[in-house]
Amino acid sequence: MSAIALKLVEALPVAEVAEAETFASVTATPTQAPAPVAAAPAHPAAAAHAESGKGSGGTGDTRWRDRMRAIIPPLFGIALLIGLWSLVAAKNASIPGPLVTWDAAVKLFADPFYSNGPNDQGIGWNILSSLKRVGIGFGFAALVGIPLGFLIGRFEFMSRMLDPIISLLRPVSPLAWLPIGLLVFQKADPAATWTIFICSIWPMILNTAQGVQRVPQDYLNVARVLGLPESKVVSKILFPAVLPYMLTGIRLSIGTAWLVIVAAEMLTGGVGIGFWVWDEWNNLKVEHIIVAIFVIGIVGLLLEHLLLWLAKRFTYESR
Amino acid sequence: MKTLVKIENVGQTFSTKSGKFTALRDINLAINEGEVVTLIGHSGCGKSTLINLIAGLTLPSSGVLLCDNREVAGPGPERAVVFQNHSLLPWMTCSENVMLAVERVFGRKEGKPKLKVRVAAALEMVHMEHAMDKYPHEISGGMKQRVGIARAFAMEPRILLMDEPFGALDALTRASLQDELNGVLAKTGATVVMVTHDVDEAVLLSDRIVMMTNGPAATIGEIVKVDLPRPRDRLELAEDSRFAAYRAAVFEFLYRKQLKNAA
Repeated sequence: MSAIALKLVEALPVAEVAEAETFASVTATPTQAPAPVAAAPAHPAAAAHAESGKGSGGTGDTRWRDRMRAIIPPLFGIALLIGLWSLVAAKNASIPGPLVTWDAAVKLFADPFYSNGPNDQGIGWNILSSLKRVGIGFGFAALVGIPLGFLIGRFEFMSRMLDPIISLLRPVSPLAWLPIGLLVFQKADPAATWTIFICSIWPMILNTAQGVQRVPQDYLNVARVLGLPESKVVSKILFPAVLPYMLTGIRLSIGTAWLVIVAAEMLTGGVGIGFWVWDEWNNLKVEHIIVAIFVIGIVGLLLEHLLLWLAKRFTYESR
Repeated sequence: MKTLVKIENVGQTFSTKSGKFTALRDINLAINEGEVVTLIGHSGCGKSTLINLIAGLTLPSSGVLLCDNREVAGPGPERAVVFQNHSLLPWMTCSENVMLAVERVFGRKEGKPKLKVRVAAALEMVHMEHAMDKYPHEISGGMKQRVGIARAFAMEPRILLMDEPFGALDALTRASLQDELNGVLAKTGATVVMVTHDVDEAVLLSDRIVMMTNGPAATIGEIVKVDLPRPRDRLELAEDSRFAAYRAAVFEFLYRKQLKNAA
């Protein structure tokens, strides 16, 4: 009882803070926007704005409009989501509203790295252990999948040999492999990693193979005319040509892996964001579940952007 | 004059979905050292097929190709190829592209500084020394083709095979590259086989023009020997009656004797 009362008391000031912040962010946009108009920037922030705007080449006015066009629709989208959410929460007492959730999130992230035994750890540890599982499973998938993709792309025989196996196994939900993992590894943790391995490997194999098959014949002819040894063909021609495809495969894989880890951890337990969601469900802390949904979404988004950035960095056309 | 490439009774048949397709038959041709030979004909006459055979990228269904009295059994750096779409590797700079070829041919005998000198010399020859550290997507189509030519020359091949090297370029760029090539050929005395569908280009550059009949089952129709003094100047030749006569002879073959009904 006292905990709920405490929460209600605490909710008020935090709600004010939250409101003040959204207000600030809305008002901040028009005050930021005129900065690039200034011909001689007075302070470094304005100079940075003017610098970043240079590429588009428009006048200050059109740049301002472009920026508005980029900012306003997403703001509307977010507002709509929060509005709908508040509406649902108001009608349904068991669903916490945005403010309660914000409150819970602030408290959770105030101390993300505490540890009270294996079943009660901070949200930071949960996120990190999930990322670790994804990283390991995904790393092994890359280690196996990319060379396999090269073989399939390079040799018709391999392609024909492995095609039926891949076609058969790819549509299977990775969670169906979880019991096999539990059986083989006798432990929950490697079993979860194993499902990540299974779900990550298909996009990597298929995209790498496709990349190898799509290497322009001209490049291979160059290699043939020069008489390059196979090692040089791989390092100087195949690998750079296939890299963009490989990175697409990796991006797709990591997206799926991040989807699957939550489900896998719900089943295996331990420490991890998926397990945490399940644990909070058992504790009936619905606001924590909603926080977890946002956290999972944001981490997934960051992973995606990291890989997009990597792909841009290593793709030859945009260099 | 020494014969460098000998093509004897060469035929090429491809198996397609709708049965066998004969692209070339009964090709007999000898190419001398230092000679510039162009292959001309309507599209689908197997010009590119023939150059791929000399390059060793494909092997003939019948007959024999000899280069330096050795049977052509596959591609090799002594038969450099300039591809129609330049085929520079987009992830390497211009000099790295040339270096890849130079390293392969001379890397065993020469050290890095000497290889670099070769790369620089090759790019200088086509006036591309300013773009050494540029990536192919940063330079124009004509420049890319120059680098492609530099790459081929840098290998010091016995023979240079060019498959419509200027086909993808606009007329003005093409003209300047033709002049450039003429200059390089005069300097190096290289042996060249070049596929083209441009009659002026053929007359301007070649010692002999090999005219092919229409496919399928194309073969050599006629050969015109171009007896114009070198160096050849585009502007002077435009008013030269012999140039006009050679041009007319090729046109006569292409558009009277080998007129394509479908096209």
